[in-house]
Amino acid sequence: MSNFPKEQGLYSQKFEHDSCGIGFVANIKGQKSHEIVLRGLEILERMAHRGAEGADNKTGDGAGVSVQIPDKFYRDLIVNLPLEGEYGTGLVFLPTKKKDLDFCLKITKEIVEKEEQQIIAWRDVPVKSKEIGEIAKKTEPKIKQIFIKSRKKISQTDLERKLYIIRKQIENKIRTSSLPQKDFFYLVSLSTKTIVYKGMLAPDQVSKFYPDLKDKRFSSAIAMVHSRFSTNTFPAWSLAQPFRILSHNGEINTVKGNRFWMQAREADFFSENFGKNLNKILPVIEPGKSDSASFDNALEMLVATGRSLPHSLMMLIPESWNEKNPLPESLKFFYEYHANFMEPWDGPASMVFCDGRYVGGTLDRNGLRPSRYVVTKDDLIVMGSEVGVQEFPAHKVKEKGRLKPGKILLVDTKQGRIIPDEEIKKKIYSQNPYRSWVEKNRIKLADLPNPKTKNLMFSEKKLKKEQAVFGYNREDVENLITPMVKDGQEPTGAMGTDTPLAILSSKPQRLFNYFKQIFAQVTNPAIDPIREELVMSLTSFLGAKKNLLTETEDHCRLLKIKNPILTATDLVKIESLNENYFKSSKVSMAFDIKDGEQALKKGLDRLCLKVEKQIDSGSNLIILSDRQFSKNIVPIPSLLACSTVHHYLLRKKKRMKADLIIESGEPREVMHFALLFGYGAGAIYPYTAFETIKNLIQNKELNLSYYQAEKNYIKAINKGLLKIFSKMGTSTLRSYRGSQVFEAIGLSRDLIKQFFPGTESRLGGISLKEIQQETLNQHQSAFQENSGFLKEGGIYRYRKQGEKHAWNPETISLLQRAVRENSYKIYQDFAHLVNKENQEPRFLRGFFKFKKGKKISLSQVEPKEEIFKRFCTGAMSFGSLSKEVHEAMAMAMNKIGGKSNSGEGGENTKRFKPEKDGSWKRSAIKQVASGRFGVTSNYLANADEIQIKIAQGAKPGEGGQLPGHKVDSIIAKTRFSTPGVTLISPPPHHDIYSIEDLAQLIFDLKNANPQARISVKLVSETGVGTVAAGVAKAYADNILISGYDGGTGASPQSSIKHAGLPWELGLAETHQTLVLNNLRGRVRLQTDGQLKTGLDVVLAAILGAEEFGFGTAALITLGCVMMRKCHLNTCPVGVATQDPELRKKFKGDPEHLINYFYFMAQEVREIMAELGVKKFNDLVGQTQYLKVTKVDHWKAKKLDPSPLLYSPQANQAKRPNFLYCQEKQRHKIDNILDRALIKNCQKALQQKKRVSFSTKIKNTDRTVGAMLSNQVSIRYGEKGLPEDTIQITFEGSAGQSFGAFLTKGTTFRLEGDANDYFGKGLSGGKLIALPPAGSTFEPEKNIIIGNTVLYGATGGEVFIKGVAGERFGVRNSGAIAVIEGTGDHCAEYMTGGKLLVLGKVGRNFAAGMSGGIAYVLNEDGKFQYFCNSGMVELSSVLEEEDQAFIKKYLKKHFKYTNSKKANLILKNWHSYLPKFVKIIPFEYQRVLKELELKKIEAKIKIIKKNEQLGEESDG
Amino acid sequence: MGDPKGFLKIKREETGYRPVEERIKDYNEVEKELSDKERQLQASRCMDCGVPFCHWACPLGNNIPDWQDKVFKGDWPKAFNYLQETNNFPEFTGRVCPALCEASCVLALNDQAVTIRQNELDIIEKAFIEGYLKPKPPQKRTNKKVAIIGGGPAGLACADLLNQKGHRITVFEASDALGGYLRYGIPDFKLNKKIIDRRIDLLKKEGITFKTKTEVGQNLAVAEIRKNFDALCLTIGARVPRDLPLKGRELKGIYLAMEYLEQQNKIVRGDKISKQKLITAFNKQVIVIGGGDTGSDCVGTAIRQGAKKITQIELLPKPPIKRTEETPWPLWPKILKTSSSHQEGCTRLWSVLTKEFQGSEGQIAKILTKKVEWSDHKMVELKGSESKLKADLVLLALGFTSVVKNNLTKDLKIKFNSKGNLEVDSNFMTSVKGVFAAGDSTRGPSLVVWAIAEGREVALNIDQYLNEL
Repeated sequence: MSNFPKEQGLYSQKFEHDSCGIGFVANIKGQKSHEIVLRGLEILERMAHRGAEGADNKTGDGAGVSVQIPDKFYRDLIVNLPLEGEYGTGLVFLPTKKKDLDFCLKITKEIVEKEEQQIIAWRDVPVKSKEIGEIAKKTEPKIKQIFIKSRKKISQTDLERKLYIIRKQIENKIRTSSLPQKDFFYLVSLSTKTIVYKGMLAPDQVSKFYPDLKDKRFSSAIAMVHSRFSTNTFPAWSLAQPFRILSHNGEINTVKGNRFWMQAREADFFSENFGKNLNKILPVIEPGKSDSASFDNALEMLVATGRSLPHSLMMLIPESWNEKNPLPESLKFFYEYHANFMEPWDGPASMVFCDGRYVGGTLDRNGLRPSRYVVTKDDLIVMGSEVGVQEFPAHKVKEKGRLKPGKILLVDTKQGRIIPDEEIKKKIYSQNPYRSWVEKNRIKLADLPNPKTKNLMFSEKKLKKEQAVFGYNREDVENLITPMVKDGQEPTGAMGTDTPLAILSSKPQRLFNYFKQIFAQVTNPAIDPIREELVMSLTSFLGAKKNLLTETEDHCRLLKIKNPILTATDLVKIESLNENYFKSSKVSMAFDIKDGEQALKKGLDRLCLKVEKQIDSGSNLIILSDRQFSKNIVPIPSLLACSTVHHYLLRKKKRMKADLIIESGEPREVMHFALLFGYGAGAIYPYTAFETIKNLIQNKELNLSYYQAEKNYIKAINKGLLKIFSKMGTSTLRSYRGSQVFEAIGLSRDLIKQFFPGTESRLGGISLKEIQQETLNQHQSAFQENSGFLKEGGIYRYRKQGEKHAWNPETISLLQRAVRENSYKIYQDFAHLVNKENQEPRFLRGFFKFKKGKKISLSQVEPKEEIFKRFCTGAMSFGSLSKEVHEAMAMAMNKIGGKSNSGEGGENTKRFKPEKDGSWKRSAIKQVASGRFGVTSNYLANADEIQIKIAQGAKPGEGGQLPGHKVDSIIAKTRFSTPGVTLISPPPHHDIYSIEDLAQLIFDLKNANPQARISVKLVSETGVGTVAAGVAKAYADNILISGYDGGTGASPQSSIKHAGLPWELGLAETHQTLVLNNLRGRVRLQTDGQLKTGLDVVLAAILGAEEFGFGTAALITLGCVMMRKCHLNTCPVGVATQDPELRKKFKGDPEHLINYFYFMAQEVREIMAELGVKKFNDLVGQTQYLKVTKVDHWKAKKLDPSPLLYSPQANQAKRPNFLYCQEKQRHKIDNILDRALIKNCQKALQQKKRVSFSTKIKNTDRTVGAMLSNQVSIRYGEKGLPEDTIQITFEGSAGQSFGAFLTKGTTFRLEGDANDYFGKGLSGGKLIALPPAGSTFEPEKNIIIGNTVLYGATGGEVFIKGVAGERFGVRNSGAIAVIEGTGDHCAEYMTGGKLLVLGKVGRNFAAGMSGGIAYVLNEDGKFQYFCNSGMVELSSVLEEEDQAFIKKYLKKHFKYTNSKKANLILKNWHSYLPKFVKIIPFEYQRVLKELELKKIEAKIKIIKKNEQLGEESDG
Repeated sequence: MGDPKGFLKIKREETGYRPVEERIKDYNEVEKELSDKERQLQASRCMDCGVPFCHWACPLGNNIPDWQDKVFKGDWPKAFNYLQETNNFPEFTGRVCPALCEASCVLALNDQAVTIRQNELDIIEKAFIEGYLKPKPPQKRTNKKVAIIGGGPAGLACADLLNQKGHRITVFEASDALGGYLRYGIPDFKLNKKIIDRRIDLLKKEGITFKTKTEVGQNLAVAEIRKNFDALCLTIGARVPRDLPLKGRELKGIYLAMEYLEQQNKIVRGDKISKQKLITAFNKQVIVIGGGDTGSDCVGTAIRQGAKKITQIELLPKPPIKRTEETPWPLWPKILKTSSSHQEGCTRLWSVLTKEFQGSEGQIAKILTKKVEWSDHKMVELKGSESKLKADLVLLALGFTSVVKNNLTKDLKIKFNSKGNLEVDSNFMTSVKGVFAAGDSTRGPSLVVWAIAEGREVALNIDQYLNEL
């Protein structure tokens, strides 16, 4: 039944992601009807655009519906059906082969009977297979429906439990059988209350496929629906949703850890309800299913074992309960209590659930998925990812709302009412005296008395030895630890990394270096841990955990630590904890040289046994320590020790009995700590790091107290940890622990299997033997040499004795000489040197050599112009680069027919037109990044390609910051901001939290410029191929796979080095996955990251790329000498600086860059001639030209790079096996509403005449206005049209991105409501939204606009009579908006523009707001609590100017929307005025004052001048 | 990096020299010193480049940015620690190195280089004066013995490193004092010989045995050495001078630069030279043939001796003042060098070929020259450009060619390479097992900094060889 290809090449099904549209409809009073089912199905169809289609453009990714059992309908079909509630039923997907099918039926019968139940009937469910796609058909199962009743009279609850036990057993039995078609088997649901109909279907196919659903007798009071967007084209029938209880839209980022922990807990499970039957439901988590399915498993188990549905949800996805969140104290204690034994399932999630009586939804703590609902006056509730999925006349609507972060919406169809979040939660937290339990039992580390025992004596001599043993080098101390201690944060670097991977390095490596961080891209948003601190937490609890299934006072008898980095004092406190509940013991993690070749293995075995013994004798805090080393006793790499023990205990089912504390000299940088936590550590005491700091202070190299220094260091590590967590969209340490969100490169499969199970390591590599060797080398040299000095690292800077760098004095100077002297000969020297060094090998491509080809003459090879088309320069913003360099690159690329990339800083409109001399400074590629700086309709209209930067190699999953002092007037202008105001790029795109969001943005941009191709930039990591497949299905034209080693203007050092993979891996995986998916022919692939020569280009082509990006190399040809000081604005060659003096030093010339590309094209052609290839396209993906060479490097030779050369066959034989782009994407923009609008607006567009009309709108009408705006921009540029030239009124529910990029002169009036991304990139247009005439609800209490409004708006006006969701005005830099209430994170990252909020706001108002002004009507006086005052100042509105503004816009608001609220305020101005709060960023205020001063100065100057003139004339 | 914007605020400031009128009256060092504060500011100009080309250009691989930062911060001891990691004798290179580093300094791309050499010198002098540098004999001794033949910079560096590793080292030096060319080639006004003594003294205290006036193969048998030592290292320099065998070469008053410079160095030391042997420029017309550093040293010496007029002639054309496109950054530029001696007064002629020495009464009186033109590395004599220059003293500063072949090389049966120098493999071992060689004797005449660099490298190879014995 699953359609997944087997693991092959670099493809693995493990990497599949999905996300979706969800919703439900219910009659609150519980009245069943067929209408509800039909409504549910309509919701599905109305969200079709949130799902996706396969390569055949017909097969859906999966859709389904869950309803109350339509008893009447079945009763007519099945004879002898017991009373409702006394039988259970469900659909069963079965094998198609008779033999296999019979086997399944037999097993089912046996188990049902063994559990003392009986099968009443098997019904063949009628289906219409002709309605579904080819791909779906291939794996279509036989579908039957089972009916079961109890032999004895038992209660419905007992029967329900029985059914659960039966289902779990059948699943287990068949899963572990050797049945050939066992994958076809799936028990869709089995319940006395609900039934699920689903399949590998498109939303509109559900009811066509299952005629049952159309039968009028088929009725229910609830219909919960789901449609899926999967990143691949092999979705499986069983992965369609709804699951048994819930539907999920989102992604569980920590699922690996959650599954491990759940498995670990199973050993301690005890439930009175289940008794001996408990074992039958294990394992709780079905292996090999999706994250959502695992979550459903966990939830179902918690409910089955006795907790209520809301209670269970509150355990699994608790809302954020730190001090920044306005929750009742008792609720916080409830959460803290449960935090003791259940970690959050972290990630963006909108969940809807249904158990037959209750139906509802909940949202993750950060509200990262949209969920809107409407309640009607006739007791209907409709909830969905979008509003408008059901239409109601205005007068029938009672309430319009949205799910709020962490809150639960619950409908009780039995009580017939919606139970408010507070009420449900109150009921739950009152079940047990959680507060007193916690207060009485928890022990806080901070509260423990300071120990009497003294810390170990510090000796410099001992420290030197430790540093040598743990491989400290000078850079560790001077470039990492020192800045951390000084600044309380990780140091910043620039220009990426160009050193070899750990496996290819000849320098000794710590085991940590073989791992890379995984990060969120597309399918899941990263979090901003600074600006959205309120959802982040490092709090954890140490000790033995109790049975998950019960709740007792003892459950919270754990040690609470707020910070997982322990100081010496902390550790002594823990060691001396002496009471019944805590017992610590220290186990040495070391091996004995004398044990010979197996020493490390023996050491690990001993370690595990010792730990186990300690646990068996009652220890619950195990300290793994490497303090005790000597010449022959060698510390085990701490990560290896930690992970080995963690997994050993998991296997032994003893993991919950103790926590692991690491006392090690090894960890020092953020990545080290993250790894240890990721592999199970509970807390870490890095003693050598602390002693190093002590030593620096003693030697007066640091001028601060040790106390402060220690604090700063811990702060820096903690900050870094949160950043790493948030990169993967993880909020809490508790869920991060053991979640293993890392991948390895260069570690053998055996090693991974034994010591790091569950971790990806694609190309194999070293085993325990080499790790022992590497550890020993370091250890022995520490005991041999005694110079007393730390060695040079040469990692962050080139050093002769240090690590090898690809950009070194030889390569830099050769390249510069070659291009300046226009000498192909010198270029050849350069290329020869680079290629030779690559083959040492220093890069993965160095493993490949060409097979001998049939040589042809150079003249037969296509001309260099064909090659030039494939060259691009890297995305480097004007702002990070000087104007001179930025323009030089554009001119060079335009001249040769390649493409330059604007980067994310916007572009001066003057550059859009060619110069008189024919040169052209326009960047062909315009980038759209998370900051959306300068992204206007006109900017987009002037692009050949629009690139969505999802991630950047040097810092994937992170945002950036351009400090105010770098934002001069020109940069501010191109970025539509204010000079001197800091510009923050958020870590995620706030309009891309999932794959269907990306599809939406692609659609937006395609509308904004239908001629431009849309490119999506991803960073290489394991699984990127699957993400790319999703991106291809989201209709991107181009996909860029960036290597992790790409350059950067500024990035934290740990991100530069430790996140992402080389492009070779990502590119090959992407190419292979796309070919397998039959999607390769639809998209062009591009790659970049340390590309330098023609050989690099050819190798990349063979691995699958059609286009090539050059960042660093391009800069070097123009004069960059790899200072790596871009972030300091001190570039001495005028490349990466805005300093006018330094810019004068720029000596580059576009010709230099042209020469480089000329040389490279020449080299490419020479290689093609050697291979006998005439056309470049015939190189792409043709891996048969390559072979793997043997290398002579003790570690590198263990690597197997051959999977990179794997050449897959497309999944469907019917379609041609494309290896490069040969087809066009279907963008579906031909029949959209804008086409009609443009037709109606011709007069305005052609003659600037006024046009005004109205039209209906539906939620499926998306991105309305963008294409129209494009027409305006093409004709009138940035200036647009005169105000109100185009006036359109829309009636209904607008789809996503209503009014996106709307230009000046365009006014949209929406009577109804709108979904997310309203006014995205607003470029001067006017948007008005109000409830339709006849509405009776109060606008200020009802949601009429979705999330993420005015994202990246640069100008225009917005008036909303009603409330919007989360992130209103995010990254607004110029629009003025009036609204009557907002959700969380309003005005986030705002850099300009003004907001006037006439109602309540949510949490975290003004986070990261560096510019602009907001005015909020603070009627309940609570605003201050909701405001993140990190960057802003609050004041009352005293200035005349402010008052005038408010009044003016209140009047406008009233005029446009007839707002009662506005009118009320205007009429009672003096009583309302004191209630307004003005929010202005400190920085912005300073800048405004300076501007003001400048104006005054200028005036004084004029006055003085005049006076002087006067004086003169007088004289 | 102490001050990321230091280079924008501070200009390069060289220490400069003592006034000409003062300095030509003595043989003391001509270069002045900066105050600590000024020196720190000079160090602040270092940009701590991501790719420090200075460090790359330095044969020793001095970690220049590391110690610049420490100088800037006034942490002299740490600066010294970082410096001595890669350089055994910064007090030598700090004085006489042409500073390859400064030519490749990134700041030199479009500004003036950091004063790397002078910063280096200040660090080591501070270390001597403040006592950071103390004799540190190795804690443990191995039982391995190494003989180093030739006490120039390569031999001394090799001896120093091997001694630190605990081996027992004896340095054999044919002349009466250690230092090789440093001792007798370079005048005191550039390198005061006390500087060498100070270092030798330190090395002695650290346990190295020095045997001067011991010419192995002459007054000590090679076999003896082979028997008593586990390894040998030849650092005997490339002492065959390039002569000018023209007509009249036999005339009195024509000397090799080395003869001249060595004698003056001995006089400064206090040696008495007999009148017959004395070579002096006093009141003479002096012609220095050869436009390199040695020639310049002859000029300075002749001035101090009271020469009437000094002319330095060079066969090659006058180099450009500034870097040209032929040697772009970061390559070493061929540009005109004007030394302190040149400033003290001399005429410099370029593209001049010496044709003949003419004498009267067996004493040199004139030299016959001709102008030449260069194109494409080929020389053409210009017709009718002959001229005569008066000469009472002619000094031949034409450099050296190769290693001297003597009993030592003969007895060892050592192989020579095509250039006539000692042949070594990639481990610096000669054709004879256990006999290593380094410095000018293998690579031909070169800079002090190269000698030290090779001395270090050969030491590491010898150490490895000894460990494997």
